[in-house]
Amino acid sequence: MKYVVAFGRFWWDFVVGDDWLVAAGIVAALGLTALLAHHDVSAWWVMPVSVVGLLALSLRRAIRR
Amino acid sequence: MRIALLFLAAFLASGVEMVEALTIVLAVGITRGWRSTLIGVGAAALVLAVVVAALGPALTLVPIDALRLVVGGLLLAFGLQWLRKAILRSSGYVALHDEAGIYERERAEAQRAGHVERAGVDWYSFTLSFKGVLLEGLEVAFIVITFAADKGGSVVVTAGAAAAALIVVAVTGVLLRVPLARVPENTLKFVVGLLLVTFGTFWGAEGAGAAWPGEDAAIPVILAVYAAVSFALVWLLRRERLVAAGAET
Repeated sequence: MKYVVAFGRFWWDFVVGDDWLVAAGIVAALGLTALLAHHDVSAWWVMPVSVVGLLALSLRRAIRR
Repeated sequence: MRIALLFLAAFLASGVEMVEALTIVLAVGITRGWRSTLIGVGAAALVLAVVVAALGPALTLVPIDALRLVVGGLLLAFGLQWLRKAILRSSGYVALHDEAGIYERERAEAQRAGHVERAGVDWYSFTLSFKGVLLEGLEVAFIVITFAADKGGSVVVTAGAAAAALIVVAVTGVLLRVPLARVPENTLKFVVGLLLVTFGTFWGAEGAGAAWPGEDAAIPVILAVYAAVSFALVWLLRRERLVAAGAET
């Protein structure tokens, strides 16, 4: 059980890292892009705008800690 | 342009991780002897080779759009972590990564640790070099595999870049026998973070069904925009920190 927890923690740290909000934001932005593209709406701008917003938000959270 | 940026991203990302692994290997090897340390390095390399050999071909079975979506998401998650850390360091909120300091700490710990021999190897040297190389190497393997997953030809470029980085870091480490403290690690992490986030944005949006204006020509534009935003964030945070420090005194 100890090894399973350590294995899970390793992958969490590896992929999600210090700020879970960034990972959640990426998933939401990809979902919104897919939704807009599915309805034939131009969606290329969603990811760059989201990335800039998430980066600024994550930095703000980091310096407040 | 795309191939050159892919090579650069894989080379720098691999190089940075290998410098960190080299610091651990050198500290343990010089302090406690090379035999068990190098056995640990070899065992970790073997595990990494198995991971790459198993995951690489498996990725070709996944439909390209689904793969781009997942790869894009992973590159964004990695890249934003690197970029965030690099911006915090550049703006002075977090101390710069100090390979020389880490080397001295690892050496002191290696000297203090007792000698336990298992299966004919010094267990401390073996486990520390094994873990160091495996953990840093997994990150390299993951980046190389995700970059290579996009198009068949990319695997040669990214694996070649990782191999080139390994040769450069290993040869330099063997020749100098000191940690590579002069490597501008934060600058490299900054560049790698920008490249990972750029490719992650491009592939992620494509995988989700969006079409980029100008197709591949959008990649350098995305990179330029992210670079400009990141430098602006460093400038803003640095100014904010100095204003806060001035108000306290």
